[in-house]
Amino acid sequence: MSLHIVVCAEIVPDPLQTLEPVAGANGPGLKNEMVLPAVLDPWAASALYEAAHLAAKNTGSKVWLVSLGPKAKLQQVMMTIAQKVAFELVPVDGPIGGFTDAHATAAVLADAINAIPGLEKAELLLFGGWESATRGAGVTLQLIGERLGIADQFQGVDQIEVRDDGSFEVLERVEGGRHQVSVCAGAPAVLGWATGKLPEPRNNPQMGMANMRTLMPAPQKARPAALDSNGLHYASVSQPKQQRSTRVVKDMTPDQIAAELVEWMGTK
Amino acid sequence: MTMESVLVLTHADESGLALTRGSLEAVTAGRELAGRLSASLAIGIVAADPTAPAPALAGTNARLLGVSGEAFAQARYGTDAAACEALCRAAQATIVLAPSSSRFARVAAGVSHRLGGVIDTHITAIADGDSVQVTRWFYRQRLEAVLGRAQRPWFLLLDGGACAAYASAPGAVTVEQVPVDLSPLRTTVIGLRTPTQDAETIRPDANLLFVAGAGWTKKQPDGLAHADEAAQLILRFLHACGASLGSSKSLVDQGSDGHSVLPFLTHMNQIGQTGATPRHPKGLSTCCHGEEPHVVGWRFIGERRAISLDPNCGWTRGKADVVYIADAFKVMNRVNAILEENS
Repeated sequence: MSLHIVVCAEIVPDPLQTLEPVAGANGPGLKNEMVLPAVLDPWAASALYEAAHLAAKNTGSKVWLVSLGPKAKLQQVMMTIAQKVAFELVPVDGPIGGFTDAHATAAVLADAINAIPGLEKAELLLFGGWESATRGAGVTLQLIGERLGIADQFQGVDQIEVRDDGSFEVLERVEGGRHQVSVCAGAPAVLGWATGKLPEPRNNPQMGMANMRTLMPAPQKARPAALDSNGLHYASVSQPKQQRSTRVVKDMTPDQIAAELVEWMGTK
Repeated sequence: MTMESVLVLTHADESGLALTRGSLEAVTAGRELAGRLSASLAIGIVAADPTAPAPALAGTNARLLGVSGEAFAQARYGTDAAACEALCRAAQATIVLAPSSSRFARVAAGVSHRLGGVIDTHITAIADGDSVQVTRWFYRQRLEAVLGRAQRPWFLLLDGGACAAYASAPGAVTVEQVPVDLSPLRTTVIGLRTPTQDAETIRPDANLLFVAGAGWTKKQPDGLAHADEAAQLILRFLHACGASLGSSKSLVDQGSDGHSVLPFLTHMNQIGQTGATPRHPKGLSTCCHGEEPHVVGWRFIGERRAISLDPNCGWTRGKADVVYIADAFKVMNRVNAILEENS
């Protein structure tokens, strides 16, 4: 059984960078945004690794990675990702960042998916992170799914098991550290991934070489996209100012610390 | 200025007899917003039998709408999206509030698209004033923004703890039944998979979040790692005080990399950039030397303390209220002894 898996993933500032907001002509942004080191969005990366794993298990399957961002930045990050798993990049040249409108982003990505040559919509599994590390709204994938007419959607996915008949069992995170277990009749479906079950694949130079043949020219063909604000306006964007006065305790014994902690914790 | 009308979407808990806490928090937010804007207020209930939880809303004086049927007893995109769409069309609201539960977070964006509206999620506050402005975080709780929208209907998913839960004496109410057109369903909900009792370490209502860092599995002063002892210490502590367990990414990832790891930890325990940002009154981090748990994972933790061997750990400074420079193995062993003596 062959699967057509489209993974939507954006590039985000490296989590270790300090982020400072600045006001721009088109709304808020990040200071030095274009030169901040970037990585593939962590939850979307989980989706990509799960997609590649699934495709490898099902002969004839294919993975497309659809990503919106400045094409030079996309190419830079994808050079790293291409060492890990097999995919075909579908870049869309547009603005980066969390302050854009999710509805506009979804419209652009849905158009890009609709334009993928050879993609069978009836076999489509649309993957992505359940939330991004930028906007963190958890809505873009749902909106793309609606635009593509997909009525079976799952969010916070940690596991999928595809059966021989094309149906699949899926585990979604719900409250209290539990999973909801569902069975879907099969593609098409939307799966917003949490961390999944797979570790980050090791770099594979041969994989990288194979991916480069399509990856290198792809950004040059990236379609430009402008994002509508849809009436979204920001009154303020700021860094949190919570700075606590930390008491550093160096001279207490474990017994004394334990007693103080138990008193602080109070009752159950 | 457009006259606003407010709809609060709610859903029943697993018993089907009561609304979830998040739903009741959204009701409080809806009442306050509708009152401030002099707007009409409706409350929609998604449940197998909406008349069961509805009496708890008697004091709201809101128009109550409900969908009913076994299809709505379980959370599923196809049925929940259809239900919420029907409720929204019936209410004709310009602003739709709902809790950020897994159930509504799964469908709310899709519903907003069907209605030609827009959505913002993880709302932590709705500002006072004549216009509607909301607060939410960006970049995983690193930047906070206040924003507004001109487009309607505007869907707002409220984070837990943003408002007090609505509470009043139950009374007689009338629930208008809203019909829902359901397409043939392709998804069957099997049920919930709950960790075994010993492994149940995530407790959203706990008073304390206990954060375990990678230091628990590193070599100790005797030159050996003591992961088994660490596991026992942590489980004893969780059992004794009912705390919820969070973990740094590095500790959870050790399992995937084949290193010794605490057996009950999963990615669901992970807090920070790629994990949860839980809300608890107090937090205690141990053997943790990273930015993620202390900056992102602790954003919504009230009082914070840490145990660390590193007096120069920059990530606890300014983030924790108290840092104890001590061996967490020794301290937690004594903490457990005191808790067990007191129980």
